[in-house]
Amino acid sequence: MTDYNFAYLDEQTKRMIRRAILKGLAVPGYQVPFASREMPMPYGWGTGGVQVSAAVLTPDDTFKVIDQGADDTTNAVSIRRFFEKTAGVAVTEKTAEASVIQTRHRIPETDLTEDQILVYQVPIPEPLRFLEPSEVETRKMHALEEYGLMHVKLYEDISQHGAIATAYAYPVKVEGRYVMDPSPIPKFDNPKLNMAGIQLFGAGREQRIYAVPPYTQVVSLDFEDHPFEASKADHACDLCGSTTSYLDELIVDDEGKRMFMCSDTDFCAARREDAA
Amino acid sequence: MTPLLQVENIAKFYGPRIGCTDVSFDLFPGEVMGIVGESGSGKSTLLNCLAGHLPPDRGAVEFDTRTDGLRDTVTMSEPERRMLGRTDWAFVHQHARDGLRMNVSAGGNVGERLMAVGARHYGDIRSTATDWLGRVEIDADRIDDRPTAFSGGMQQRLQIARNLVTGPRLVFMDEPTGGLDVSVQARLLDLLRGLVREMGLSAIIVTHDLAVVRLLADRLMVMKSGHVVENGLTDQVLDDPQHAYTQLLVSSVLQV
Repeated sequence: MTDYNFAYLDEQTKRMIRRAILKGLAVPGYQVPFASREMPMPYGWGTGGVQVSAAVLTPDDTFKVIDQGADDTTNAVSIRRFFEKTAGVAVTEKTAEASVIQTRHRIPETDLTEDQILVYQVPIPEPLRFLEPSEVETRKMHALEEYGLMHVKLYEDISQHGAIATAYAYPVKVEGRYVMDPSPIPKFDNPKLNMAGIQLFGAGREQRIYAVPPYTQVVSLDFEDHPFEASKADHACDLCGSTTSYLDELIVDDEGKRMFMCSDTDFCAARREDAA
Repeated sequence: MTPLLQVENIAKFYGPRIGCTDVSFDLFPGEVMGIVGESGSGKSTLLNCLAGHLPPDRGAVEFDTRTDGLRDTVTMSEPERRMLGRTDWAFVHQHARDGLRMNVSAGGNVGERLMAVGARHYGDIRSTATDWLGRVEIDADRIDDRPTAFSGGMQQRLQIARNLVTGPRLVFMDEPTGGLDVSVQARLLDLLRGLVREMGLSAIIVTHDLAVVRLLADRLMVMKSGHVVENGLTDQVLDDPQHAYTQLLVSSVLQV
């Protein structure tokens, strides 16, 4: 513990990140630029999320990390171990017991409460990026609330696939103002963005932080005749039997046999424990 | 009658060089004005100043807005000017690639302006796009193709459809037929003339092709070295040029 400052980053850096977080919370959905630091892990592994977590963690916190809903994948394990080492905080796999949850690509099935913080890892924070390559132009579009282009993407989806085929990183409008990329969570999770917990988004490589305060209105964009639909595999979990949770599909042998199971491992394990 | 566009003493300098200077004119509803001149005479600079793409150094461009009457577009706020740019104004670039989104289908290109002003019904957007593709003579079954799969002439027509779909009142065109071969040019001009007459559009067309202005423009302005050297009715200017430069310009047209 004496080798590192608490939670790896120095205090000045954490203050800088906290300022960005506060600004993000004050302007929900607005991407706040910040001086992202180099972290001891490659870009794409959650360097943005790690910096946000480092800035919000206190010694009394209980920390949980999930990757695609699971607590036991490489990314989740290494980030959890990183903060165990550098911050010495308590860690848990139980959603309800954690005060700070860092996540990649999922929102936990269990509803979060007002005293929890959810930290997202974001690869590309700009929802308009693939349609408008110029950052100058996209910033202007955000500033002037010119969001017609976002619907062009959805239009292209329908014209090519007959339905809005965007299944993850589905664009949302926050509090009737900023269009935001909710990070690559499945669109099944989009309705859960209206929550009691604080949601913070960190993009390390792109140097942006944005936030959704508790109880903020988050609306998924759609067309009047093609409304938004939170879709999931039409199946029940083969392990716990849940019909309401988001499922992973797993191929289990060479004959193409497959099974569906909850992507949220903590949710699934808790249900099986209750049943036993 | 109030003019649709009132231009007063527009000037734009690039450092010590003159882009264009002392340009004033009125454009009335339904009128098509041609701006001709050689390369580097300030035609495109002038057009970009009028369309709000370049801030002029001096002067005023007053546009007769639907709600507030004549407003100076140079001093109005950027959101208002950009709003005009996607509703009452249209800008047709010389190169269709500059005016189109090349990685979005033809239908999406036409629909973009509709969605930018708040259309949120897919079926309506699509049927309007289909209708407009028909009006610029692009087959309805090409609606889901990308502009990269289109010929140069088709791209230019798609660009026109994309611009006219919101029913603008003023169209800026920068060499709309440049870079197209003559038969495609003729077809495009015929189409443009039809659309301009049918929709009662006002237009400002920049070109160095005198045949284009003869066909489309009611009035003509001749530019040289950033100054307007002559203006008047198209036929009058072309048939009886007064200024030495205009005489040179008219006489240098090749006869077939």
